[in-house]
Amino acid sequence: MNLLVAQAQTIEAPEIDYGATAPVLIVLGAACISVLLEALLPKHQRWAVQLVLSLVTLVGATGALILYATSERPAQGVATLAGAIAVDSPSLFLWATLLVLAFGSILLIADRSVEPGGAFVAQAAIRPGTIQDRAQATKTGMQTEVFPLTLFALGGMMTFVASNDLLTMFIALEVLSLPLYLLCGLARRRRLLSQEAAVKYFLLGAFASAFFLYGVALLYGYAGSVKLSAIASAAAGTDRSDTLLFAGFGLLVVGLLFKAAVGPFHAWTPDVYQGAPTPITAFMAACTKVAAFGGILRVLTVAFQNTQWEWRGVLYGVAVVSMVIGAVLGLTQTDVKRMIAYSSVAHAGFLLIGSIALTPAGSASGVSATMFYLLAYGFTTIAAFGIVSLVRNSDGEATHLSQWAGLAKRSPIVAAVFTFLLLALAGIPLTSGFIGKFVVFSAAIDAGLTPLVVIALVASAVAAFFYLRVIVLMYFSDPAPDGPTVTVPGAFTTIAITLGAVVTLVLGLWPTFVLDWAGTGTFLS
Amino acid sequence: MTWVLIALLVVPLVGALVVTFLRKDDTKAKLVALAFSLVELVLAGLLWFAYDPDGDRIQLAAGVDWIPAFGVRLSFGIDGIALVMIAVIALLIPLVIGAGWTEKLPAGRSQGGYLALILVQEAVTVAVFAATDVFLFYVLFEVMLIPMYFLIGGYGGARRQYAAVKFFLYSFLGGLIMLASAIGAYAMASDELGKGTFDWATLVTVVRDADSTTQTWLFLGFFLAFAIKAPLVPFHTWLPDAAAEAPIGVTVIVVGILDKVGTFGMLRYLLPMFPEASKNLAPFVLVLAVAGVLYGSLLATGQRDMKRFLAYVSIAHFGFIALGIFSFTSQAGVGSVSYMLNHSISTGMLILVIGMVIARGGSSQISDYGGMSKVAPLLAGMLLLSGLTTLSLPGTNSFVSEFLVLIGSFPTQPVHTILATVGMVLAALYVLWLYQRMMTGPLRGDALVAAAAGPGAVGDPEKKTAIGDLDKREIAVLAPLVVIVLALGFYPQPVLDVITPTVGATLTEVGVTDPVTVQEGK
Repeated sequence: MNLLVAQAQTIEAPEIDYGATAPVLIVLGAACISVLLEALLPKHQRWAVQLVLSLVTLVGATGALILYATSERPAQGVATLAGAIAVDSPSLFLWATLLVLAFGSILLIADRSVEPGGAFVAQAAIRPGTIQDRAQATKTGMQTEVFPLTLFALGGMMTFVASNDLLTMFIALEVLSLPLYLLCGLARRRRLLSQEAAVKYFLLGAFASAFFLYGVALLYGYAGSVKLSAIASAAAGTDRSDTLLFAGFGLLVVGLLFKAAVGPFHAWTPDVYQGAPTPITAFMAACTKVAAFGGILRVLTVAFQNTQWEWRGVLYGVAVVSMVIGAVLGLTQTDVKRMIAYSSVAHAGFLLIGSIALTPAGSASGVSATMFYLLAYGFTTIAAFGIVSLVRNSDGEATHLSQWAGLAKRSPIVAAVFTFLLLALAGIPLTSGFIGKFVVFSAAIDAGLTPLVVIALVASAVAAFFYLRVIVLMYFSDPAPDGPTVTVPGAFTTIAITLGAVVTLVLGLWPTFVLDWAGTGTFLS
Repeated sequence: MTWVLIALLVVPLVGALVVTFLRKDDTKAKLVALAFSLVELVLAGLLWFAYDPDGDRIQLAAGVDWIPAFGVRLSFGIDGIALVMIAVIALLIPLVIGAGWTEKLPAGRSQGGYLALILVQEAVTVAVFAATDVFLFYVLFEVMLIPMYFLIGGYGGARRQYAAVKFFLYSFLGGLIMLASAIGAYAMASDELGKGTFDWATLVTVVRDADSTTQTWLFLGFFLAFAIKAPLVPFHTWLPDAAAEAPIGVTVIVVGILDKVGTFGMLRYLLPMFPEASKNLAPFVLVLAVAGVLYGSLLATGQRDMKRFLAYVSIAHFGFIALGIFSFTSQAGVGSVSYMLNHSISTGMLILVIGMVIARGGSSQISDYGGMSKVAPLLAGMLLLSGLTTLSLPGTNSFVSEFLVLIGSFPTQPVHTILATVGMVLAALYVLWLYQRMMTGPLRGDALVAAAAGPGAVGDPEKKTAIGDLDKREIAVLAPLVVIVLALGFYPQPVLDVITPTVGATLTEVGVTDPVTVQEGK
């Protein structure tokens, strides 16, 4: 009896640094409010209220972030919530990236001008192909649960990149993944494809989570703690069996690489990218990538830096496989969304190069280079998917490449912007894509990964071919007689595309500001 | 006078912007584009006088920080070689615009868009030659591909898509490998100096002392990019396609100007930065060079298409240029640089004349022409003159440079030089045979036979089939080239004076001395 009382007394509420964690708290709190609104508001009011709430949340969270980042704060960062969350410079950079990218995604999600009623189904529970389903395809209105789900996913991503122990990281992984599984299945058109994507993503994602959790368990067995720093110190000169450490590391990394869509753990990517509603694809391609690589960077840097010589070769091979798969299979794609999916697999390979180049901190380090790449890639991708959502025929989006032939004749501006974005994805100079590749490759050469960089350059050249092929189609081919029309986008989509394209250009011309910011600090260890 | 160089970069861009807004009015667009290109020519003339041949290695330098985190600067400046190349660009662009005045573009394309791309291409190409920051050079090297990609792909012939993509991918791959080498050099600089930089002059001092393994790898990265660009056999296959599919004015730019970035890069980057590797690997490069001379000449002889013929002629000439560069004597070096200039002028002229032939006959097949001198004697004369300068007849500009290359290479590379001389003989064969088939003998080809029978004699009476001789516009386009061909053939001294000190400085950077004393000013 006394023992129980004594135990109860020792459990104290952990210290919470509200200033540091405010951005995450705001997002998660707003997500909860958003769920309540969904229950309480009449249907016709929900869309507007949810949209305003989401945008205000993102702006508020960004404001809180700026307030905290510019205030007096410990240079090496703080660990709060009993050390579960680390708010350091990379966390802040990744949070800001996630918030801004989410802002663009929310705008795409909210758009109702391109597709009347939005890209989302009105009632997800109706079976595809039935009469009710055909009726709802033309009905306006959409499942507004999309907004709270997106906010929850975003909250999960923000927690994920700041997790200082593996258990928190796992919870965050689930919080970010579960809403995404649902969101993938909510497309208004081609619902079977969309539902297939959701099921595929869920099943494979569940496997990946299991791998991750198993890895956490093994690492706990090795280090006696799930804290990243404790694993690092346990690995530094002990006589414990390395089997647990490396088995645990391997399983953990599989889980992470799956989320990041790094080949050969990419199998879900093309199907899910193709089936999911395009705004969700944009959200996943931009934000999930940032979150997953944020997590990878933190785990590798904080927990496994001093064992890097043991595991570097493995991730080296994974990076090569990912680049080759992305570049080569991308060549054979005939669907724009699948093509961008394979391109994202190739980009994941490039990002992994930056992640394993664990060079000393600074604006030229592997960590800051990877974070810059993530930011640049995210904006380009959101804008690219924004454009994909505009090219439509009577069945919805016209994603087959042959339908894009001669697009430049009918819509020169859309074609020009898409060309610019493709050039950025290919890494042509004067775009952010090039600067991103350049900083990542510099860091890798600095870290002695020159052969890997050469492979990456060849992969870039191969990948350039399929981007060029789209440009050729748009500019130099004659338009198909029954080709798609380009919808004139409403304000939301226009803002999102403009934001993405302008950032891509500006970061290509004046990257210094962001590079310096990305290089300001290191992970809290 | 630094402003001249900056103005040279800005004027064509402003011109391109203005012309973009004139897509509705073709005539106005052409006039405005021509005006801007003439302003550029005047500026290039000013640049020529502002340059002091005996002054600093890099002159008229100007720059601002771009990406301080990586020590990247937007810095420009010229040496003698860059000056000559910028001058020839400025000279050729107005002629290209003039030559294409009446050319029909594919349906739905406007002159405004075409000319804007040409002017952008001019600005970027001038910038490539003027860049003195290795990173900036790489960026421009790749950006240079984009307007050309759209020029070939948007305005070219039947297989233009294939040609445009092939052109882009070849150069892009080469550029990327070069980027890896540039980053490698940067990493060396940051190890040695504590702070990384891409400044050309600084990198030269750092990288030149690297051990020979590192130098070899870095050399190969840069070399691949330049060998594709130049192009040396076996990296040349993009050129015949690009040249054949591009509209004639664009062919002038591809063959006459863009290719020179490759040989320019060898002189500016390979030799000074990697002197050890340059000397060690010179035997391999020389083999490629001589192979290019012979292979290009043989294939040129066998071509049926005039534009592909031009591409192979250029491949042969680039073999000569590379031979001169990697022989490491000042005579051969000066010969190579003046060859770069003269190749632009004489091949540019040949392409323009052939373009005029194609404009009359409507075909680029050699077999569609015969006996043309009967209907167009002046045109035939121009083809002969441009052909003769291409085969380096004494008295024309190319003779001086080809002679310098051969006489300069012989002391160090006798075998290669003797083999390359065979190329001169083949040149006489392919040029004179081309002339003979097209201009002499009985009338051949639908267009020509119809013309001889009188206007509208065959087929559709509405269709004007009359083939006239050169009109005033065409004479105005060719006249300056004729003057330059002959002037530089008899009095090359002004050009050689500009080139010689820079070539001397380059060879000093490599650390070689001439095996034979060169007389002052030769």
